[in-house]
Formats: sequence, C-alpha cells, structure tokens
Amino acid sequence: MSPETFKPEVVAFCCRHCAYAAADLAGGARVSYPPAIKIVELPCTGRASVLEILHALEDGADGVVVAGCLPGTCHYLMGNTHARQRVDHVTELLKKIGLEDQRARMINISAAMGAQFAEKATEFVNTVRELGPSPIARGACRGGPLGGPGKAPAMDGREGR
Amino acid sequence: MIVAEQKSLDEIKAMLKDAKKVLAVGCGTCVTVCFAGGRNEVGVLSSSLRMAREVDGDSLTVDEVTVQRQCETEYIDGLADDVESYDAVLSLGCGVGVQSLAERFPAMRIFPALNTKFMGYPSEHGVWEERCQGCGNCILHLTGGICPVSRCSKQLFNGPCGGSQAGICEVDPDTSCAWQLIWERLGEQGLIEQLMEVEPPKDWSTSRDGGHRRIVRDDLRLPDGEEG
Repeated sequence: MSPETFKPEVVAFCCRHCAYAAADLAGGARVSYPPAIKIVELPCTGRASVLEILHALEDGADGVVVAGCLPGTCHYLMGNTHARQRVDHVTELLKKIGLEDQRARMINISAAMGAQFAEKATEFVNTVRELGPSPIARGACRGGPLGGPGKAPAMDGREGR
Repeated sequence: MIVAEQKSLDEIKAMLKDAKKVLAVGCGTCVTVCFAGGRNEVGVLSSSLRMAREVDGDSLTVDEVTVQRQCETEYIDGLADDVESYDAVLSLGCGVGVQSLAERFPAMRIFPALNTKFMGYPSEHGVWEERCQGCGNCILHLTGGICPVSRCSKQLFNGPCGGSQAGICEVDPDTSCAWQLIWERLGEQGLIEQLMEVEPPKDWSTSRDGGHRRIVRDDLRLPDGEEG
C-alpha cells in the first residue's frame, strides 16, 4: 500500500495537564493535526503501562504516541519520567517482536504548546505513514475464558486496509 | 522471595513453535513481586507472543490466567476444566510452579517462560540481590546476619580471601566483600571476638550435595484414611 492511500490509526495517550490541553488549544486555534490521531486522556502519562501500549498496537493501531509534560514539570513529579522509561521498554520489545520500534514514541509538551502539539503529531503520523500498515491484524484474538482481558473490540473508522 | 527473570522472547517463541493455542499461567506470589511472572508480565508476554506470531504470518491464541500460588495443587486445580483444550501451557512461575503444573497435568506439555535465579530481595527499585542458597544449615547468628554462603563468591567461613580490596569482591566490582560487611557489622555490635573462633569445614550434605531434599513433618501429615 502506498503512503498516499494508507490512512494510519495512531493512539495518543495524553496527559490531561499538558498534551490533552495542548491538543484542545490547537483545536481552539484552528491549527489542524491529522485525524489519524485518536486521543486517550490520562490523568498523567505515568498511568500509561507497557501493557496498554502493546494492547493498542495489538488491537490495530499503527502507532502509539505517549504525550506528557515537559521534563521536570510533571504534576505528580515523576510520571512523565516513568512514562519515558516504559516507552523505551516498549520500543525494545517491538524490535524483539519484529515490529518497527518507530511505531511507539514519547513526546513532551506543555499545555501552552498547541501549535507544537499539532506539529509533533503530524510528524509522528507521517513517520507511521512511511512505515506502512502494521502487520498485526486488526482485533487479533486475545483473552479467553480464564480471566484474560477478553477479545479486543475492533477499532472504528478504519479505512484503507 | 524466589527471584526469576523472563527468558528471551526468541527462546519462548521457539519452544511454542508447534503450538496454536497456549495457556499462559502466571503466579501471584514471588514472581509477581519480582516483576517476572505476575498478571502484568503474563499480559505483556502474551501480547508480545501473539504479535510476534502475526508478524511471522501465522496466528497464535494465548489465553491468560494468573493463580495465587502456582506451587500448590489447590491453587492450580481450578485450571483442570480448561487446560486440555490447549496445545501447551506456558508457565510464568518459578521452577517449582512449572513442576507443580507438570505433576498436576502430566499429559500436558508445560513450558517454562522464566529462568529461576535465586532467593533474594530487592536492594533498590529494579535491582534484586541473592541472599540465601538454602544450604540447610543456617549460620547467620555467627556472622551478623550476613550470609557468607550466598554473598561470599568463594563461600568462605573464616574471613575474607586475598581478593577483597577496599571492601569490594575481586569477582565483581559491583559486589561488596561479604566478609568485610561481616567484620564491620560485628564490630559495630562489639562482637569481633566471635570471629576469632575458627569455623570447621561446613558439612554440605544438608545442601544440594546431599542429593534431593525433603522435609517430613509427622505432626502435620494427615492420619491414615483422611483425605487432603
């Protein structure tokens, strides 16, 4: 599939104190960013676990970005630092799995940086577009009868696959 | 606690290459605390295995369950109804957990996802250190609560070797000399004299050298005719 016809799906785990507000600011200022970005609001990026990032990729996301506060400005002191450690761990795991490690990225942004959010989001979506569709089939079977997380719901609005 | 770490994903993938449907079983005790085989690690490994198989152009079903203690039959009995529907069981328990599953479900192939390393404790976040080798004859009362069996690289019993330099073991620059620690601890307690007593050679027959070990407690065994 060519980069022109491929419409990626990107999950953005955004801290409500910075990136989520920055995305809101971008919207209010009519600064557009790609519709590929599906935002998940978190109280802090320290809430984003390795497992949730993997599940997003397993459930069909072509890329995952974790967007936290600027270094040293986390409202909970170290949440964004922990998030970066986890994203680094995920990128190592992706290499072992056989996926491109560029499919997961951590960015740091403040609530006042609406334009920069749009810029960084666009840059990541372009990176994912160049990588092409994730080889993981959408809604791959996971979970089961013994207490697993259950079969993943398919992501909506997926086109060009 | 028993401290373990996960085998490489490639090694686990190779073990499971013929399986299409796998049950990953975590353990809620030691390996949960050392972040090797608890519910979260079961989830991450299962997800990684499913995606790795997809990348290889195939598919793998990995269902996930974590029992409270994999090393006791009572806790794994609950898997009996479902386990036969799987091609293999991937245990994220320690070696005891793997063997408990293998004894309980002898017809099932049980694969170990972890390497069991030692009995130890977390000295800081993300760092675990060995503290006990289960030698079967504890002498911690003589050594200020610092074990020369597990912490001295040469398992010496009468002071440090010549490789102890500035409190560091010659085997590894990140390892403190156990005998330096023992000397300092007993010095602080005013018990240096205790070290002047020469320890005779240790009887290792209580350790692994004596073969497979077993403890029998008659006061706890069930009377004849009573079922557990």
